[in-house]
Formats: sequence, structure tokens, C-alpha cells
Amino acid sequence: MSSAVSTNTESTRASAAAAPGPLTGTWTIMRRELGGYFLTPVAYVFIVIFLLVTGVFTFQLGGFFEAGQADLRSFFSFHPWLYLFLVPAVSMRLWSEERKQGTIELLLTLPITLGAAVLGKFLAAWAFAGIALLLTFPIWITVNYLGKPDNGVILAAYIGSFLLAGGFLAIGSAISAITRNQVIAFVITVVICFGFLLSGHPVVLSVLSGWAPQALVDAITGFSFLTRFDAIAKGVIDLRDLIYFATLIALALFATAVIVDAKKGA
Amino acid sequence: MIEIKGLVKRFGDFTAVDGVSFGVARGEVLGFLGPNGAGKSTTMKMITGFLTPTAGSAMVCGHDVAKHPVLVKQAIGYLPEGAPAYPDMTPESFLGFIADIRGLRGPDRKRRIDQVVSRVHLEGVMRQSIDTLSKGYKRRVGLAAAILHDPEVLIMDEPTDGLDPNQKHEVRTLIQEMSATKAIILSTHILEEVDAVCTRAVIIARGRIVADGTPETLRARSRHHNAVAITVRTGGRSDAIGAVRAELQRLNNVLGVEDASIHDGRASFVIMPKSGATILADVSQLARSKGWDVDELRLEPGRLDEVFRTITQPAGAGARRTLAREGGAE
Repeated sequence: MSSAVSTNTESTRASAAAAPGPLTGTWTIMRRELGGYFLTPVAYVFIVIFLLVTGVFTFQLGGFFEAGQADLRSFFSFHPWLYLFLVPAVSMRLWSEERKQGTIELLLTLPITLGAAVLGKFLAAWAFAGIALLLTFPIWITVNYLGKPDNGVILAAYIGSFLLAGGFLAIGSAISAITRNQVIAFVITVVICFGFLLSGHPVVLSVLSGWAPQALVDAITGFSFLTRFDAIAKGVIDLRDLIYFATLIALALFATAVIVDAKKGA
Repeated sequence: MIEIKGLVKRFGDFTAVDGVSFGVARGEVLGFLGPNGAGKSTTMKMITGFLTPTAGSAMVCGHDVAKHPVLVKQAIGYLPEGAPAYPDMTPESFLGFIADIRGLRGPDRKRRIDQVVSRVHLEGVMRQSIDTLSKGYKRRVGLAAAILHDPEVLIMDEPTDGLDPNQKHEVRTLIQEMSATKAIILSTHILEEVDAVCTRAVIIARGRIVADGTPETLRARSRHHNAVAITVRTGGRSDAIGAVRAELQRLNNVLGVEDASIHDGRASFVIMPKSGATILADVSQLARSKGWDVDELRLEPGRLDEVFRTITQPAGAGARRTLAREGGAE
């Protein structure tokens, strides 16, 4: 009886205050966060370095011209290794900085759920990575100018690269929630992402394949970013690979929320 | 408006807040006092939904913060300690962000932002990044963000800490202007602030409430409540000083005479009454009959800082202090 009455007053009050929905909260957080990247030189430095290094890797190390092939394999094959150092530089500030500046107390006493805050911040970082990725379009123009590449494969590789960045960012988000020190967040994220990358690397696989049971080798390979990314970059978007990245991101963001919640009092 | 019951917060073995209960009604300004680490901030963080209580409940505008945190957060305007704000943003973009997240739209959004900006006088700095602003301006940005949605409940953690006297005065005036329509909690170290803005004071020590009442009733708990301060011109002669003290001590209802200080030939005493007695008339009559040259004669309302010290310190330390003072009066 009494509970029914209180629910009633709640709903009237909520509608009177024009309560922002969970999506509004996520969207507002994301916009602020993404805008925040461009308020400091960090965003510009990141984008310039990303474009320079992809250029150097593709044309110098990757032998883009020497290969004489109209594809972007030499461009995309370096992305995992590039992300290994660049993505943690973006993700390290996600939560560390909020805690260091004390703004986490402001953020988490605004009328949004913790989930909306975690998701909004992650989406902002992911959108930022997406912007950097989109700015590599001159390479795509170049390869189309020089030859007739399979643009479907290139699109798939872009999607794969974007998913890979999302996976790294989600892991980085969780690590960033652990410490208020950005340098520590950076280093730990690099190490963990390195593990995720390497679990599918031929070196690891050849070490294992001699003695380990096939199931274990498959499991470890299954965890690998590299195996998944390579598959997508070849133009094969397998639903299982999409589910893998979606699950990984969801789990890492859930972990972020749990860690933020547990650590906010400290 | 605010109703908290048996609030407890433990961090591991450490109990920061140990069963705090109180209510705040509309129109009340509750001053939350206590030494550093007494649990003031932790209590506020639990009411505002930042920290989850270990036990107990906090209701704000009829909503339990544990069950409906978002509804509670909508009703509250909160100024955390140090008024944190995103340093790279400008007050303009920061307040825009807060307005968006509070669900303010269209003309209403602009009207509210303009209102709070003129209310806390931010007009001149709206396009400067927040980290280039002075401490006073930063505090104002935080206050503007806290009152942007015209909340029914306002909670401020040390709103005037670190401000200069003019800025303190401005913030207090602002709080007073808003107090009629809101329920307000503010924490402070500054006891004069309690007199300046609070209708009620709650003193907390080691996680527990040790006093709860109006500033007047708290002051009445002071040893100095109804004591009489007198300054007599004695020309600096020690025998005259001694004579005055002896006469005062001989009065009925006088417990003791303390704090004799001698300055430019004037001697000042504080005369403590026996409990419940009023001695101002007696002292005044004595002074007239002895023909003392009185510079000042004044009734002490009681000292908040003394009440604060005696009830927030462990019993041992308080007793030692009292002994020392009585020894000095002999």
C-alpha cells in the first residue's frame, strides 16, 4: 500500500523535473569528454603522431610501393603495434584524471548512472580514436589513385582496426580506474594489451604447439587480438569476431564500473 | 527534506561515520562542524550518493539515496570540497555541460545560466579556462554549478574555505538569500560562520554527533556563558590589581576570577558565575560602590570555540586543560 503511493509521487516528480534519460546522460558525458580532448594539445599531438607513424610504417617499413600491390595490408598490419602504445596514452586519463582532479565526485553526484558515465567516457575515447583513424584517408585515396584495390577489404580492415582500438580502450578504461597515476595506468595498460596481442603471435603459438594440448592453444589463440584482427583485415567479417570484441568491450566496461565504484571512497 | 538515520561508513577497520542521524527542514541552514577527519565530508558524500553507506539510510525529498540515487541527485545541488571543476573548460562550457546533464533545455537553459552567472558574478570570466581563475572565482564556478537547477536541497562542503574575507562575505550573503526556500547543509571549520548563516549547528567528532542545537543553545554550554568581563584602570599598580581581584572574588555567586591581563595601566578580568547565576548587576554595583574607573563591562554570551574544543576533544585532554586554567587563576 505505502509502496504504491511512494512510487506514484516518484513518477510525478521525475516527470516534472524533465528527467534526462540514460541516453541523454551518456551522450552529454561523451560530448563533454570528446570536446575535452580538443581543449588541450594532447589530441593534436596524438593525431599528428598517429598519422606520421602510420605513414612511416606503411611506406618505409611496410614497403607499400615495393610490394606493388593495390591494397593496404602494409598499412593495417602495423595498427596493433601502434595501438599498443598510442591507445593507452588516450585511455590512461579516462578515470585517473577524474580522481586526481577530484572531479569524479562532481561527475558521480550528477543525476546520471555510473554506467552512463563509464559508457559516455569510453565512447568519447573511441570516437576520438575513430577520428584519428578516419584522418588516414589520404592513404586510401593514394592506393585508389595508384591502382584498383578491393575497397570492401579496406573497409573491413578499417572496421577491424576500429574494433581493435575499442578493445584496447576498454581495457585501458578499467586500468585507468585503478590508479590516480596516469603513468602507472599507461604502463599497466601497455603490458596487459601486449599480452592480449601476443597470445596469438606465431612466436607464442610455436612455443606452445610442441607440447600443449590443442584445446589450450586454441583457447589462447581465441583470446588474441592479433588473430581476430588479421581475420577481419583480410576482408572476412565473421560474426564471432564481432561478438568477441563486443563481449570484451562490455566486460572491460563492466569491470571499469565495478572498480570505479569500489575505489571512489579511497 | 533531508532525513538521515543511523548512517555508518567503514573503510576497512576504520569507522569514519558511526551512527549519525538528523533531519533538515526547508528554511533551515545546518552548519556541520567538527575537527578534521571527524566524518563531515564522508557524511555529506553519503547523502549526495557519492559513497554507499555501510549501514543506515539517507532520504532526500522522500527518496532513499540507496534505492533511487538518480532522483536524489536531481534534487540536490552539491558543492564538493575544493569545488572541483574540469580545469580545461571555461565557466561557459562547464555550466553548459551541467545544464545539459540536468536536463535544462532551450530558453529555460539560457535563463538559468544567465541567472546563476549574475548571481555569483562570473560575467567577466566566462571565456577564460577554469584553471587560470583565482580560487575565489573557481569557488563561484562550483557554486554556480551547484545551484544551476535551483535545487531544493543544497549541500556544500566547506564553501568558504580558503577565500578572502570579502569573498567569504559574498558566499555567506548568497547562502542567506537562498536559505528561505531550500534545505541547506554546509560544513565549516569557521565558527563565526555558524553565527553568520546557520540556524542550527551539528557538531560531530570521531564519527558521532556530540551536539545538535541552535548556535545560542550551544553557546550556553560554554563555561563563559553569562560570565562578566571587566576592565578597570588601576594605573598598573599591582596592589590595586590585587585589591580589585579580591573584591570581585568576595562577591556572592562568583565561582572564580580569571585572565587578569595588564595593559597600559588597565587590568582585565573575566568573572565566572556559579552555575546558573547572573552576576552582571552585582559586579556593576560593586564597581560603582568602590568607585573603580571602569573602561569596559560586558556580559559574555559564551564562546563557541570553547564549546567546540571541550566537546570534540577526548575527555583526558579537556580535563587537563581545565586544571591548568584553574591553577593559573589562583
